[in-house]
Amino acid sequence: MRQSLLAALGLLLVAALPFVPGVPPFWFTLLNYAGLSAIVVVGLVVLTGIAGIMSFGQAMFVGIGAYATALLSLHLGLSPWLSLPVSLAASGLAALVIGAITLRLSGHYLPLGTIAWNISFFYVLGNTDALGRYDGLSGLPPIVLFGFPLVESRHLFALIWVCVALSILVTQRLLRSRTGRAIRALKGGVIAAEAFGVDTGRTRIVAFVYAAMLAGLSGWLYAHMQRAINPTPFGLNASIEVLLMTVLGGAGSVWGGVFGATLVTLLKDQLQNVLPLLLGAQGNFEAIVFGILFVLILQRAPDGLWPLLTRRATPLPPHHPAPAAPLAPRPAEPPGRVLLDAAGLRKTFGGLVAVNDIDFSVKAGEVVALIGPNGAGKSTTFNLVTGVARLTAGRVRLFDRDVSGEPARAIARLGIARTFQHVKLVGGMSVIENVALGAHLRGRAGPVRGALGLDGAEEAAIFAEARRQLARVGLAELADRPASSLALGQQRIVEIARALCLSPALLLLDEPAAGLRFREKQALGDLLRQLRRDGLGILLVEHDMDFVMGLADRLVVMNFGAKLCEGPPVAVRTNPAVVEAYLGSAA
Amino acid sequence: MDATILMLLLQDGVVNGAIYALIALSLVLVFTVTRVILIPQGEFVAFGALTLAAFEAGTVPGTVPLLLALGAAACAADLVEARHALDARRILRIALRDLVLPGAVAALAYALGPGKPTLALGIALTLAIVTPMGAYLHSIAFRPLEKASVLVLLVAAVGVHLALTGLGLVFFGAEGSRTPPLSDAMLPAGPLSVSGQSLWMIGLTLAIIVALWAFFGLTLLGKALMATAVNRLGARLMGIGPGMAGRLSFSVAAFIGALSGVLVAPLTTIYYDTGFLIGLKGFVAAIIGGLASYPAAAAAAVLVGIIESVAAFEASAFKEVIVFMAIIPVLLWRSARADPVEDEE
Repeated sequence: MRQSLLAALGLLLVAALPFVPGVPPFWFTLLNYAGLSAIVVVGLVVLTGIAGIMSFGQAMFVGIGAYATALLSLHLGLSPWLSLPVSLAASGLAALVIGAITLRLSGHYLPLGTIAWNISFFYVLGNTDALGRYDGLSGLPPIVLFGFPLVESRHLFALIWVCVALSILVTQRLLRSRTGRAIRALKGGVIAAEAFGVDTGRTRIVAFVYAAMLAGLSGWLYAHMQRAINPTPFGLNASIEVLLMTVLGGAGSVWGGVFGATLVTLLKDQLQNVLPLLLGAQGNFEAIVFGILFVLILQRAPDGLWPLLTRRATPLPPHHPAPAAPLAPRPAEPPGRVLLDAAGLRKTFGGLVAVNDIDFSVKAGEVVALIGPNGAGKSTTFNLVTGVARLTAGRVRLFDRDVSGEPARAIARLGIARTFQHVKLVGGMSVIENVALGAHLRGRAGPVRGALGLDGAEEAAIFAEARRQLARVGLAELADRPASSLALGQQRIVEIARALCLSPALLLLDEPAAGLRFREKQALGDLLRQLRRDGLGILLVEHDMDFVMGLADRLVVMNFGAKLCEGPPVAVRTNPAVVEAYLGSAA
Repeated sequence: MDATILMLLLQDGVVNGAIYALIALSLVLVFTVTRVILIPQGEFVAFGALTLAAFEAGTVPGTVPLLLALGAAACAADLVEARHALDARRILRIALRDLVLPGAVAALAYALGPGKPTLALGIALTLAIVTPMGAYLHSIAFRPLEKASVLVLLVAAVGVHLALTGLGLVFFGAEGSRTPPLSDAMLPAGPLSVSGQSLWMIGLTLAIIVALWAFFGLTLLGKALMATAVNRLGARLMGIGPGMAGRLSFSVAAFIGALSGVLVAPLTTIYYDTGFLIGLKGFVAAIIGGLASYPAAAAAAVLVGIIESVAAFEASAFKEVIVFMAIIPVLLWRSARADPVEDEE
């Protein structure tokens, strides 16, 4: 709890400052700038640290918010309070458009794209008459609170830091919500998230728009604090500076971001005093120090300074919603109904035929095992059925519906859940939150409800369901541990709990017994038999023959991408072609 | 706009495009070998131009002490990096590379600089000062991050850009400079006249494209560099050191950057921070070429140059906006072709 203690102490110091007599006004001015940056940085933490999306364009969104309120108050005489929603909407809308264009790109194209947007934005501001060109707009009204105009930096200070506190509160709410779990799954877990019905493209846009709206809020405050704006503080360098604050403080938590924003603002002020004296000339010499800091931090403390101070890396406190009734399960399918019918599945990588015209089906209430030597194409078949890989040819029918070529999240929606051969849990999230991600499609709360904390009942039901499934697989006591701290075998079982949380009709398990000890395997076998009795269809890929033979109703044997044979375990075990594939032929 | 103006704009665009092509090529080179998106490439351009301008003015440029400082820092970084396998030969090699080489270059610069060297000698000195900086920056900033993701490397590159721009201001001041052209010749070509300078620019660009192509396509070392780009561990197991690959590609980038600076400085006034915008336009070209293909990047660079000169004529205030927004259709096209889902690990 050292983290929240430190953070609470920091906020308390800030809150007490206006009541201390004799504090020079300049301190307030400086801390106002720190607060304005902190709001932007909190958004950037969500974007960069949590969602793994890098943006060099945050100052542009600040600028959009600032210019929007400036135009409204100058031309329409609108009160700043009336233009606040417009500022937020303008920044959010700009992010929506830019995000729709650039966010589907992976990796480095997005940051490069935002650099281009930010530079263009700067020149548009500087060359448009209606925006006052490089001189900008001046004569903006101050914010009036209960008939009291906030002009002095001491008075604005309170408003700005209340906004900082609100931003932190809303952000933490958002990150803990259903949408937040999806956002946190973006970093390194896109395939798993899609397999549980998360539209990751849309989720990235939500994170981008949210960060932009916080930037817009900062811009609104800035415009009415300065009461005059020009393009300079909204250029690319300002965007780079907020990114430095995020990296320096620590992109993993909002507190790190606020810390970084304060630190860099104070440092910049000191450097601007000291460096010109030292070098005997005027100029932006703090860039040298900032540049070196960037490189040093990335090399020495890639998680930023905040985790070093607090010795904690977990960004969010454990989550204990009120106990509630679990979600209602999906009605069971009648036994014997064909759930999955695959015909002529084919996948080629260049000239290599990885899966060669495979047919098989899975009915409700049966366990079908896909077996075969390494490299036989089992996992690829799995990926074809679940929409992770694209079919070269063939057809997949689920519940009599052709789903060939549909994305993984559409297939999940039909009630198909899966686990992965290479475990795909979100390492930084707790076990219970990972399991709750499985229930994504069973909830409806969007980002707004999540951020405002109006999703309590649904969250409670989702977590009750997650706890029930985790207890069902026997790992209830590990609920609050970070997923990455579990042994590999346990992580596989957590994946099964996550899959069950979808309330699937068909369960696809990719090597669930790998890495399990004997007793754990027995428990897993019992669980799968129970699920079969409940009417689930189960398709599993497995190498452990004892496990498979004792469990499966039917086996499908693959070799070199093709189906070798199919039948009940007894028949397959004695099939000469299977024996040859596994053991080689007698010479 | 009549045909003559269009021809003039095209000519202007191609000449500017040649500079962007040089920069785009070095960006592609560095990215494919080290995965670093070399934001500070523009600083090499500015350093090249301003260093030459200082020699032309009969002074010793500030990049000389910078070279010595970077060499010393790189020496420390290289020693730390090699601390587990240090022997006399290795220490000697590091000292030669990081201390003796910049020392010799600095001695020459201090000896010849105040006497106002000839243009050719000035250019040679400029290239000798800026080129090793690439290798040193790699040792100092990027080698310790070689396992980091592309995004982390990008942020580090932005950091290096910030620091170098600030240092540029310290060493060269806020005033801009121009340098004399490589050739004063003017050749008539129909209604236009072609300057010797622009022929130099286009010729050198073509020569560097051919040289890069030959290096990567034909030589063993070039293929080794490509191998590190594809699989660093595999290349290391085959005896190809990532440090060497990084130093080499960064030095080539610094060389090309300084050369671009020398070529562009007679055409436009260069300030300490001009390089950044020039470098970013090279980026636009490299991105259009997908950060992978040399010919595509070079062709895109010429296109960027033409877009810029036409935009400067038609809507000069929005020139930069038009150039930078040119990447949006390209990003859209790539976005449409991108695989729907992939894990970044």
